[in-house]
Amino acid sequence: MRSFIRAYPTEARLFAVLVAICLFLSLASDSFFTLGNFASLLNNNSVNVIWAVGLLVVLIAGGIDISFAVAASVVQYLCVYAFEAIGGGGWVIGFLVAGGIGITIGFINAALIHRFRIISIVVTIATYNAMFGLLMFITSGRYLYNLPEWWTNRVTIFETQTAQGTWVELALPVAVMAGAMAATWFLIRHTTTGRQLFAFGDNPEGARRAGINIALMQFVAFGWMGLMAGIGGLMQAHIVQEVVPNALIGRELDVLAAVVLGGARLGGGRGSVLGCFLGVLLVAVTQNGLNLLGVSPFAFKMVVGVIILSAISMSNLKLAGLVKVMRGGR
Amino acid sequence: MGAMIQKDDGFDAAKSEPAIRFGHVSKVFGGVRALDDVSFEVGRGEVHCLAGENGSGKSTLIKIITGVYRPEPGAEMEYFGKAETSVTPNSARGRGIAVIWQDLALFPEMTVAENIAFDTLLGIRPRLVSHKGMRDTARAALAKLGVDLDLEARLNTLPIAQRQVVAIARALVSDARLIFMDEPTASLTQAETDHLLAVVRTLSAAGVAVVFVSHRLAEVLEISSRVTVLRDGRLVGVYQTQGMTQSRLTELMTGKTFDTVVGARDTAANRKVLEIENLTRRGEYEDVSLVVRAGEILGLTGLIGAGRTELCHTLFGMTRPDRGTIRLNGKVLTMNSNRDAVAAGIAYVSEDRLALGLVQPQSIADNLVIPVLDRISGADGLISRRKKGDLVRKWLVDLAIKTGRPEDAVATLSGGNQQRVALAKWLATEPKVLILDSPTVGVDVGARAGIYKIVRALADQGLAILLISDEVSEVHFNADRILHMAGGRMIGEYDPRRTTLHELEEAVYA
Repeated sequence: MRSFIRAYPTEARLFAVLVAICLFLSLASDSFFTLGNFASLLNNNSVNVIWAVGLLVVLIAGGIDISFAVAASVVQYLCVYAFEAIGGGGWVIGFLVAGGIGITIGFINAALIHRFRIISIVVTIATYNAMFGLLMFITSGRYLYNLPEWWTNRVTIFETQTAQGTWVELALPVAVMAGAMAATWFLIRHTTTGRQLFAFGDNPEGARRAGINIALMQFVAFGWMGLMAGIGGLMQAHIVQEVVPNALIGRELDVLAAVVLGGARLGGGRGSVLGCFLGVLLVAVTQNGLNLLGVSPFAFKMVVGVIILSAISMSNLKLAGLVKVMRGGR
Repeated sequence: MGAMIQKDDGFDAAKSEPAIRFGHVSKVFGGVRALDDVSFEVGRGEVHCLAGENGSGKSTLIKIITGVYRPEPGAEMEYFGKAETSVTPNSARGRGIAVIWQDLALFPEMTVAENIAFDTLLGIRPRLVSHKGMRDTARAALAKLGVDLDLEARLNTLPIAQRQVVAIARALVSDARLIFMDEPTASLTQAETDHLLAVVRTLSAAGVAVVFVSHRLAEVLEISSRVTVLRDGRLVGVYQTQGMTQSRLTELMTGKTFDTVVGARDTAANRKVLEIENLTRRGEYEDVSLVVRAGEILGLTGLIGAGRTELCHTLFGMTRPDRGTIRLNGKVLTMNSNRDAVAAGIAYVSEDRLALGLVQPQSIADNLVIPVLDRISGADGLISRRKKGDLVRKWLVDLAIKTGRPEDAVATLSGGNQQRVALAKWLATEPKVLILDSPTVGVDVGARAGIYKIVRALADQGLAILLISDEVSEVHFNADRILHMAGGRMIGEYDPRRTTLHELEEAVYA
């Protein structure tokens, strides 16, 4: 436990804050600490977590991606046409197509970043605009409702009846989220490629001198982000049962905030899957709590902003204190 | 004369097989001869020093040996008995050559174990990481060095000295048999340096050759058995370090003679400018009292951690003392920030000029005028180009800063010239007290003399100067009076004219 706190101080602190907020909400609202509420929290935030772990890999490698939410929309549209063209499809084909298109978009970002040596924020702002403009232009902003049935039918992976007699269920996206988390965790913690991503984000020049293939790092990071963007897009359409061109705009910043909240460092070299999960959950629980307490939804964003600011300043305060101690002890 | 290599004393290169032997190495960059027919040889397990001023060709030679540059045709290269015609960084590494660069090239966010065992992570094809295997590898490498470090600690929580140990351990993991250390002690305290030297001895005893590249001559002489001196891209000679003196080595490196005489003068009658009484800041320094007079250079020495830099931060208004008074020209001074300090007439040239003192990518001119922007701006609040130009020209001339154009980035200057820019920047504020914190760290011997001359000239103009250094010789030769600080307290005062360097070193380093 102590070694965990030392190795992951941000995650540990975040967890403590999350527990504190949960405790407070349990006391303040009857409906917060219920199985049903937790299940719906997970169901509603699985897509954000899927995106978050994708973005985590990019942040670890020292980059940033603004375009993934739009990429997810593009994947959704292309999927609709692709499934129509092959006459239906199913979940296996769905994951392959969505993931494949997502990876392709990620590779385009990686190629631009690597080939032309442009920093990732500029490239992805550009691809964000290009993709969004193209999408709106081609679709004329049309919604699509005619999705294949397998795509929109609710898939329950776990259900149980509570003492009160209501049914609580976890849906497919939660399982996909768990899979995405496990795969990302395995990639970054347990493969040499993953550790190279950390090293590259931490000290690019040192990584280059050590002989790490820099191009490979960009393609792995943005490819992984693309994969998660595609799968997240597939899941999001599954949940809302429609495809709307501008529905996902703005989500990229929520996810980015959650990932940074979870301890990933802008600038690379640090971050964890657990942190991503806790970061997304903290924002979600706060919104959920405000909702249950009857606070106006218009105030949500403001409160979330304040939470992010205070969480981040808290960790910086801690850092400042540490630096002082270290100087004193020198 | 330092004896040219003798076969019968000190390290005997002829008896042991050479680790590397290079002959007739030349390198031309765009018509400039960076190396001219240099030969270089290091014995197995030898601790060798490569000495020379900046621009003497040291780094070019290292880069040729490590395969980064290709020498001009005609060079002879031999690694561990095998002649080679062309070397790449990878093949040099494969031959057991490792370099520990000044900037370390480590990964600050990763753990000690991962940094040491980093090379086991390399390769394009993904493999499973064995965290335990990495820890074992790291532990074994550290054991070879006789060092104990927390393997799970993040590298950026370690002091520089321990990071250096990590870099050395990393080289050992890849079976290095010859390690170059580029300025390894530039940012180390005396105790840390001693520890590093002990590690180097351990390596040498285990048959690993170490080539030291260092500006600090004392440690060069202490650790190495032979020294190869380069000057202006040419080989001056290879010398046994036994019997070699610092001043002789300096002469060989620069081709000039420097008089290292005690420059102290009697300033007791001068007006008091800065007076500190019983200044205390808990955990940093305690009951510090001192006086700096007009035209006086007061040396403040002591090991790093003695509280010198912390005291400076208070004198420069960056931290507030818990107790005690600071008087400037007889008036009590309370400062809430360093802006107050600048306004009162205190200037501070920081220790870490590369990171804190200068804005590297900005031009020399822009750097010079940062503290005096309000003085060079006109009534409209905009910067007057004429005033700025005048000021910049004056200081470039006064401090003899060698530069192409004032518009060039500071990063393009040599260490010595950068230090002069840092100095000029603060002199432009027309201070009454100048605090110099380790002004010659990373500056080579020739350029040091120039900086000392400037400091003396400034004192002669009546400036009160507080010179802080952990190199005892620096304060001994340049200060009028010396205070010794340890554990946050002033524990001794010395007159350089009545104390020998040796006595002073004994007192400080003991």
